[in-house]
Amino acid sequence: MTDDVDQKRRHFLTVATAVTGGVGIAFAMVPFVASLKPSARALALGAPVEVPVGMLEPGEMVRVMWRGRVVYILRRDPDMLSRLGEVTDLLRDPESEDKEQQPIFAVNEHRSIKPEFLVVEGSCTHLGCAPLPQFQVDAADDWFGGFFCPCHGSRFDLSGRVYKGVPAPTNLRVPPYQFIREDIIMIGAESGAA
Amino acid sequence: MARIESEIGIPKGGFLKWIDDRFPLTETMKIHATEYYASKSFNWWYVFGVLATVVLVMQIFTGIFLTMNYKPSAAEAFASVEYIMRDVEWGWLIRYMHSTGASFFFIVIYLHMFRAMMYGSYQKPRELLWIIGMLIFLATFAEAFAGYLLPWGQMSYWGAQVIISLFGAIPVVGETVVEIIRGDYSISDITLNRFFALHVILIPLAMIVLVFVHIVALHHVGSSNPDGVEIKNQKGPDGVPLDGVAFHPYHTTKDLVGIIVFLMIFSAVVFFAPDMGGYFLEHANFEAANTLATPEHIAPVWYFTPFYAILRAVPDKLGGAILMVGAVLVPLFLPWLDRSRVRSIRYRGWIYKLALTLFVISFLTLGWLGTQAAETVYVIMARIFSIIYFGFFLLMPYYTAIDKTKPVPDRVVYHG
Repeated sequence: MTDDVDQKRRHFLTVATAVTGGVGIAFAMVPFVASLKPSARALALGAPVEVPVGMLEPGEMVRVMWRGRVVYILRRDPDMLSRLGEVTDLLRDPESEDKEQQPIFAVNEHRSIKPEFLVVEGSCTHLGCAPLPQFQVDAADDWFGGFFCPCHGSRFDLSGRVYKGVPAPTNLRVPPYQFIREDIIMIGAESGAA
Repeated sequence: MARIESEIGIPKGGFLKWIDDRFPLTETMKIHATEYYASKSFNWWYVFGVLATVVLVMQIFTGIFLTMNYKPSAAEAFASVEYIMRDVEWGWLIRYMHSTGASFFFIVIYLHMFRAMMYGSYQKPRELLWIIGMLIFLATFAEAFAGYLLPWGQMSYWGAQVIISLFGAIPVVGETVVEIIRGDYSISDITLNRFFALHVILIPLAMIVLVFVHIVALHHVGSSNPDGVEIKNQKGPDGVPLDGVAFHPYHTTKDLVGIIVFLMIFSAVVFFAPDMGGYFLEHANFEAANTLATPEHIAPVWYFTPFYAILRAVPDKLGGAILMVGAVLVPLFLPWLDRSRVRSIRYRGWIYKLALTLFVISFLTLGWLGTQAAETVYVIMARIFSIIYFGFFLLMPYYTAIDKTKPVPDRVVYHG
């Protein structure tokens, strides 16, 4: 009985069935994998947030939440801005060459749209702790003000640029944002996208 | 798949031998698949065991994804189900697969059980196989009941209220039992939370173990067939039953066709009628549980309704509860109630055929009555059909003994 089996035909049918079934299962898996993505609610909660910054005094900083993450908004005074140029030699990426860490508009010394307003994520690029703002200068320690991460000692300058010789590999991340009015920042959307 | 099989067939060294020296992989494959012989004469009634397994796997899989978004708390459960339906990507599909799967589980299991009754699959030496199967059936009841509370809709709440109250009919300890089940003075957040634990951990685990044991028992005694002939009694010189073919690849290939047809029907329901006109998902359950107002018409989901009709047919709380539980448990004793010398309906006399027909009619009618309001005429009908239901089982030792049977052939018979 087995002698008159057409083995080639059988092999073809086996492979055809397995492939068809495999494709079917792959398609059937799509909804399950897709269901793991952020839901409509998570997306809604992750919508851009508007922050009025007009009331910030020069030298003052606020923390706001965006997508469950902390964002620092610092209004730098002229003294702070002048210090940005002094620390260049101490920094790992003073020119913000790492494209992942900021939108194009922030590739400059002040890493922001308007020089006086710094908007960065308050999350150390080493392991995610929140760096502490420490704006007073301690020249003896080569510290010209910025952010200090208490977890593993990473240092960032007043533009969120990382110092050399610390565990954090990159500058603090600048989220996408735009000014929707002279004194209101919208975090989470670049101009045109909102 | 074919390649794996041929590799297992040829003993050789390498990785497989390394495994086989430490774990009976090849041996297990042989005992349970490539050298497990089941009758060539299986008809489509024999596909429902495999389909039940498919549905079980699907329920577990979709269930895992539902638990990722469901919240087992009275305050959040209903909203979290709506969240799954609206906000989670494809959540509606996963939930409808799960809710439709529950109903299809019962369709498949009821047909699987009917097959066993038709062909006497529960008779010696398959009594324990039947009992294990009945335990799976009971576990499925518990699973479905616990699961139906979880969406925390009106029917979830009031259905659970009615069924849990039944335990109050137990003399003396009834109220204590009810309190222990609820964990509170009424059905509450606490009840929901513990039903969730039962639904996602205890009962599914028990079901998986029972299904495993069911298959081990089946493969020990061998599958029956539509003729009720022991194929092991007629073996060829190679020791293979003359009427048997290997489960794999022959029956698996055939079952694959059954699975595909099943999934087509299943998908049609999931996509086009997931609530099945209020039978699979009751309309009142689209409203959040309200402890102050019972829905006007309260009926369990369709798979419970035959037993619910029996409960309502009795004008006494304890009596109704006893008869309902009795109706669920009485099939356990089928192997001993049936005194017939033949297994299959093919060789039984007209009495058993009539009895089984009446049983099916009474089961379906009771099922329909259970969905109707408790009006007098329906209650009377429910009483009549309850008597037929129990009569089928309790009179069985009598009518199967006197029924004229036909001679059973030595070999299975092929039709078509």
